[in-house]
Amino acid sequence: MGDWFAFPFVFKPNVAAIDKATRGFAASASWFFEDIIGQGLIHLVNSIQWGLAHTPWFLLVALVFVLGWKARGKLSSGVLYAVMLCLVGVVGLWTAMLQTLAIVLASVLIALALGFPVGILLSASDRATRIMRPILDTMQTMPVFVYLIPALLFFGMGSASAVIATVIYAIVPVIRLTSLGIRQVDEGVVEASRAFGATRLQTLVKVQIPQAMPTIMAGVNQTLMMAMAMVVTCSMIGARGLGSEVLIAVNRTEIGRGLVSGLSVVVVAILMDRLTQGWFGEKEKPKGPEGDRNG
Amino acid sequence: MAEQSEWIIELKNVSKLYGANRQEAARMMREGSDKQEVYKKTGATVALWDVNLKIRKGEIFVVIGLSGSGKSTVVRCMNRLHRPTGGQVLFEGEDIMKFGNRELLELRRRKMSMVFQSFGLMSHRDVIGNVAYGLEVRGMPRAQREQASKEIIEMVGLSGLEKQSVDSLSGGMRQRVGIARALASDPEVLLMDEPFSALDPLVRSDMQFELLRIQRKLGKTVVFITHDIDEAFKLGDTVAIMRDGKVIQVDTPEGMSANPADDYVHRFVGSADRSKVTSLRSVMITPVSLARLTDRPAQAIEAMRKNALSTVYVVDHGLHLKGILSIADAVRAHKEGLAIPQVMNPEVETCAPEETVHQILPRAAQAPYPLAVVDEAGCLLGIVTKASVLASLAQE
Repeated sequence: MGDWFAFPFVFKPNVAAIDKATRGFAASASWFFEDIIGQGLIHLVNSIQWGLAHTPWFLLVALVFVLGWKARGKLSSGVLYAVMLCLVGVVGLWTAMLQTLAIVLASVLIALALGFPVGILLSASDRATRIMRPILDTMQTMPVFVYLIPALLFFGMGSASAVIATVIYAIVPVIRLTSLGIRQVDEGVVEASRAFGATRLQTLVKVQIPQAMPTIMAGVNQTLMMAMAMVVTCSMIGARGLGSEVLIAVNRTEIGRGLVSGLSVVVVAILMDRLTQGWFGEKEKPKGPEGDRNG
Repeated sequence: MAEQSEWIIELKNVSKLYGANRQEAARMMREGSDKQEVYKKTGATVALWDVNLKIRKGEIFVVIGLSGSGKSTVVRCMNRLHRPTGGQVLFEGEDIMKFGNRELLELRRRKMSMVFQSFGLMSHRDVIGNVAYGLEVRGMPRAQREQASKEIIEMVGLSGLEKQSVDSLSGGMRQRVGIARALASDPEVLLMDEPFSALDPLVRSDMQFELLRIQRKLGKTVVFITHDIDEAFKLGDTVAIMRDGKVIQVDTPEGMSANPADDYVHRFVGSADRSKVTSLRSVMITPVSLARLTDRPAQAIEAMRKNALSTVYVVDHGLHLKGILSIADAVRAHKEGLAIPQVMNPEVETCAPEETVHQILPRAAQAPYPLAVVDEAGCLLGIVTKASVLASLAQE
């Protein structure tokens, strides 16, 4: 009687070969990955950070106040959000916050620039959707640390790798919800647009995208949130900011430092969520009472 | 050449089949199988088969059929929203099946426009943004297209609502926007796919009237799809009746009533005259207001004023009909301090609930006030107004 409790056939994939091939590829193509894309990303992050760093703190606070007020429609919300932002500054993490924001914003910009067209493509093609679905699932469920290794190989330590890893993780919702939103647009309206002689591009720009806007914006909001969720992970490959504060606290078992920096991450995430959701939520609201009213 | 100006749209042997096995399905259809049989054997759906129609310039051409008869497909073949599997679609003598992309867009932008059952309005645009859509996609500058749209909006009776969101409008108003959008590009043909089916009956008849008014004024050719035979006969100069993807008969409403081509048409047309089978019990309505013998005249006047009535029936406490009171008599009674029984008219024409609409038609037409329906004991059951008689004739 054989052993029933150990799997009998084992052919271990040659992970060392995968390593070697990837390293070799990374080395031979480093002019492309590191020098062009990597440097480009670092430039993008640095310019955003430069912009943020040269914005007076009270202007940022005022901006958050106004956006919060307008987005939620309540003065008290604006005040609350401004105070929350000030707290991050009070605990001495203002600069770290700006570094984090720079990486998150750069990642979100790239994720939207890539994700939006892909989402539109998927909305128009069932075949593309079938092909992309498992890829998107993988991107979303693959443990995020796995992205870090090749990112590190191709782009080296620092913000470029952080942006790449964040984009891969956070791009999925904007693709999915753009495609979903466009597919959900009332077929009758699309047909009407065609009947009036609109080209496909006109129908897309004038009818489908505006009609899908609430759903697309929900995707943008989720992408933003997922980018924030990558902040701490990315600090492991040298992204500076709030995440690296948390990481240091973990490594040194400094509970107080961990709590303060962790809460700062939470504050930034909540602010971004509320400020964006408020704007887009307003458009989601139906303008008139629903239902079949005739007469 | 004279013919070319008479017919604006011609469909010649147009067929539309869906599914993988279309060739086999077409062969079976040619051999005379019916739609259901073809579907069972080949899995292909026959939406249209060998449709021939000629539409005269300036007429209202109604296509009628039950759901699944292919009437919506036929109208979509005319602007090639659906591409026919076979046959020719001629517009002003040109075969639009041969049109390239450019020509097709031009056709839809300038020659034909469409009104939909579900309106197809863009909820992110206001009324004028919807109306101007057709002009916008053909590239007309904003100022010009808004000017043109304003005129159309005024014509369909929506002036002042230009900046309203279409979501805030009622069904009838939304379809007015739909019609305005279709008229804005000044097309030669309006394709209307059951435009009034989603509206309630009162609004629908308003809209039918409005359509007739606009059509007579502008002289547009209208292709109108409906499943309602009364609507078809009311609007149509020519009516085509469809069943299972085939056209069964094309004729004027009078011609079709007089000489139905087959039993199916006969039943369809027959459903238009229900007056001989409809009893008063089913058309009578509850009076909005009644006066009692013991009421003061002022109360009766107030009730009539509130409901905009010129007469009310007078009943006793057992609801037995005692007479009818006009507003003039009520005012006289009020001034002279008389009671209702002294001024009311006790001579009231009544009918029984079992009588048919057809039987009371002459009486209903002549009576200056609604007819009272009473049972054997003389109790008032309801009233029959001219409007309710006419509505019963128009049903289904």
